Amino acid sequence: MSLLKIDNVWKSYGDVQILERLNLSVNEGEFVSMVGASGCGKTTLLKMILGSETATKGQILLDNQPIAAEPNEQRGIVFQKYSVFPHLSVLQNVMIADEFAASKFFGRTFGKQKQAIKHKALEFIQAVGLAHAIDKYPHQLSGGMQQRLAIAQALMKSPKILLLDEPFGALDPGIRKDMHQLIRKVWKENKLTIFMVTHDIQEGFDLGSRLWVFDKVRQDPQVPSAYGAQITYDLQLNEPAHLATGQSLAEKYVKKVANL
Amino acid sequence: MKKLMNIEPSRPLKGFLAIIPFVVILILYWNASNERLAENPYDKLLPSFTQISDAVERMAFTEDKRSGEYLFWEDTGASLYRIGLGVLISASAGLLFGMLSGLLPVLRTGFSPLITIVSLIPPMAILPILFISFGLGELAKVMLIIIGTAPVIIRDIQNQVRQLPSEIIVKAQTLGANTWLVAIRVVLPQIMPRLITAVRLSLGTAWLFLIAAEAIAAQEGLGYRIFLVRRYMSMDVILPYVLWITALAFAMDFSLRKISELCFPWYHQQEAGK
Repeated sequence: MSLLKIDNVWKSYGDVQILERLNLSVNEGEFVSMVGASGCGKTTLLKMILGSETATKGQILLDNQPIAAEPNEQRGIVFQKYSVFPHLSVLQNVMIADEFAASKFFGRTFGKQKQAIKHKALEFIQAVGLAHAIDKYPHQLSGGMQQRLAIAQALMKSPKILLLDEPFGALDPGIRKDMHQLIRKVWKENKLTIFMVTHDIQEGFDLGSRLWVFDKVRQDPQVPSAYGAQITYDLQLNEPAHLATGQSLAEKYVKKVANL
Repeated sequence: MKKLMNIEPSRPLKGFLAIIPFVVILILYWNASNERLAENPYDKLLPSFTQISDAVERMAFTEDKRSGEYLFWEDTGASLYRIGLGVLISASAGLLFGMLSGLLPVLRTGFSPLITIVSLIPPMAILPILFISFGLGELAKVMLIIIGTAPVIIRDIQNQVRQLPSEIIVKAQTLGANTWLVAIRVVLPQIMPRLITAVRLSLGTAWLFLIAAEAIAAQEGLGYRIFLVRRYMSMDVILPYVLWITALAFAMDFSLRKISELCFPWYHQQEAGK
């Protein structure tokens, strides 16, 4: 049975059609990479799964229930920037997730309860490799370390779905490689279902178990905004046949982007 | 030789350059005062330093014959009480209403136009209304400071809340926070240093309205005294009072900045890094 079902979803802002006719279903444990040109709506789809945007038409189902129309614990998120709280240390940033649940009035915990949360938080901090920096504040961390922190934070709630919005877009290539290893490890160990938006098609191939390519099928040269993007390729990357298609597609795609 | 715009003075030179203008002004004043007093020893416009220190001695360190009080300290206490209370209430109102309307679109829709209009009313124009409705006592003067500063602080805090990256607010929700928890654990701590900045910027306005209110109706206060002794052209009292007000304003601004740096180091380091 599928975990997430996208059922004839359309999205428009006023006259501008962003996405149209999306029909997809995703099983638990899949790692979906979403690629496409800028402004093609991949981030919009991510935001609809997150709940900070709602579909104009159609619906998204999580476990056969319509997905909540606002962000909640079911779906974790790592943004490209501003994913962590600047006023809290690394440890506090991770602990706050469970403190919200433990103390509905103050959002703070004390004594034994605090120790238990701290213990759990330290495990996740260890897992993302930030154990040496628990007392540092986000502005004292490098971009890569901030993203590690954001991942640890999201893992605290064991979300069904983890959303990544160009999480490594602002990082150096070397650090990106490390982050890829980390996210692959986190994905396997926590049995997560991940959706990742990326600009880098190679990253999509390297990381995902499934790749969605967004593009406009219908074009009106007079009114470019009349039609939205659809998913033109839905590739299972663990099947060799698909992988071969994917590679040639990627080459074509890279050329197309380079020509623009 | 470097271009002029690239020359950065060394540390001791910086200190020296900062002091020079003050020294020059003092010397100019001293010369002008001496000249006038040589011509007419009873001239009151530019009192000598001795006359000024005599006046300070009389106001600050001698009991007043009529009331038995030290007028200078009486005035200082009264003014600090008014401005302190006014600014405190303004800051609290700014924090409360600014956060509410910044965070909750429902409230913002109803509240924001009102505050925009209210903040455009010139407070001095409604001073008579304040005197009529609150009497000539402390309340009217404190109210004037509040009316003069609170709307600006509310608007500023509302904007600051809205300028927090929406990613942060969404992230908190994905970690399970409800509106209340987002308000007290995510927004409030990030807004506090910005509130202090807003208060520091509104201190100048607060002093302006304090002195205006005291000039019109009061029995004591720094502004009251200045406007009282103006009748006798007592520049020897006015000048030290003005200097004292300036020093107080500086001390308030300075201590607010230090408090902010002490309590919210992450904010100041982050701003410095930008």
